[in-house]
Amino acid sequence: MERNLALIALFAALIAALGLIPKFTLAFGVPITAQSLGIMLCGTVLGSRRGAMAVLLFLLLLALGLPLLAGGRGGLGLFVSPSAGFLFGWPVAAFVTGFIVEKWRGGSLAMVAGIASIIGGILVLYVFGVAGLAIILKKSAYEAALLVAAFIPGDIIKAVLAGMITAALARARPQSVLSRA
Amino acid sequence: MISLTSPVETRAHRWPAGAKLAALCGATVVLFSQESLGFHLAVFLGCLAVYRLPGRRFFAAGMRGLRVLWPFVALVLVWHLVIGAMVEGAVVVLRLLSAVALANLVTMTTKLSAMIEVVRWLAAPLRRLGVNTRALEIGIALVVRFTPTLADKGAQLTQSWAARSPRKPSWKIVMPFTVLAIDDAEHLAEALKARGGLNQ
Repeated sequence: MERNLALIALFAALIAALGLIPKFTLAFGVPITAQSLGIMLCGTVLGSRRGAMAVLLFLLLLALGLPLLAGGRGGLGLFVSPSAGFLFGWPVAAFVTGFIVEKWRGGSLAMVAGIASIIGGILVLYVFGVAGLAIILKKSAYEAALLVAAFIPGDIIKAVLAGMITAALARARPQSVLSRA
Repeated sequence: MISLTSPVETRAHRWPAGAKLAALCGATVVLFSQESLGFHLAVFLGCLAVYRLPGRRFFAAGMRGLRVLWPFVALVLVWHLVIGAMVEGAVVVLRLLSAVALANLVTMTTKLSAMIEVVRWLAAPLRRLGVNTRALEIGIALVVRFTPTLADKGAQLTQSWAARSPRKPSWKIVMPFTVLAIDDAEHLAEALKARGGLNQ
């Protein structure tokens, strides 16, 4: 119980801290907002329920008015902005990602976690994100999808990284990778 | 950690947080149910006037909060210029600006402690049902406490990277960063247990 709470709270803080550390760039100069990588890691490391709870705790603190989103953003306004769909999709994305890692026991963890991140952290997340954009900006789902398509290649790279990082964590701290515990 | 509450004390700082949140919900529903340009123009001008009331500093901070919306505003306006439906585009943009402005207004005039009080109040029915809501309260406090700590450790990691490599820090620091968070969590769990745990 205490351990679950501590891991959930620390991963919520990790998502926030990933938005505060200096940005780093990928091989091709693609800037990467590490926070969505944090969402994927919540699922792949903590598993479905605890991963989703860590993301929910992070969102609650955002709503309470703490500037935890990359760029020092926060507050209730985020939840009615055009990108609100992505925020609402985050806990679901972490849940689905974690669920796949929990159930799919064959194969290497790096591959499984990477594919789970693509399904949960991209496919599921973008359904919410595109729906949010379509509702707030009054566009069709197709038009809204065009607006965000440019971010998908970067997110696929992040999903691959999430897989590699998860596998490395499983070697460094095997008892703490709860999705496989 | 500093919350987004405005340091400029306004009259609304003293209003009950629950009432402000309920009013915000109502206002957002109304905003999304109306389609007339006149209505949305009036609401947006009203928002600007309210932001201006507490003075120039408050107004400037409020406008900074809306800055993230400009790409969307520009996009929608250009889009609707191209398809020749400017009135509809203006309604979408004004509604977006007003909705975010009103929500930010609640955030700017409500202290973190008052917000947490609302969460406690909302969780009260769960408590009566026998759910232990202490975990939620401790969880909130832990995130507030550990975000700056972890951010410090992240900054140290990027510094030690910079001391050893001419290249910019890469994604590779996320892995040790996550290990640090996991280790902190395990120590924290022990400390929580040692102090009697969550069931008090």
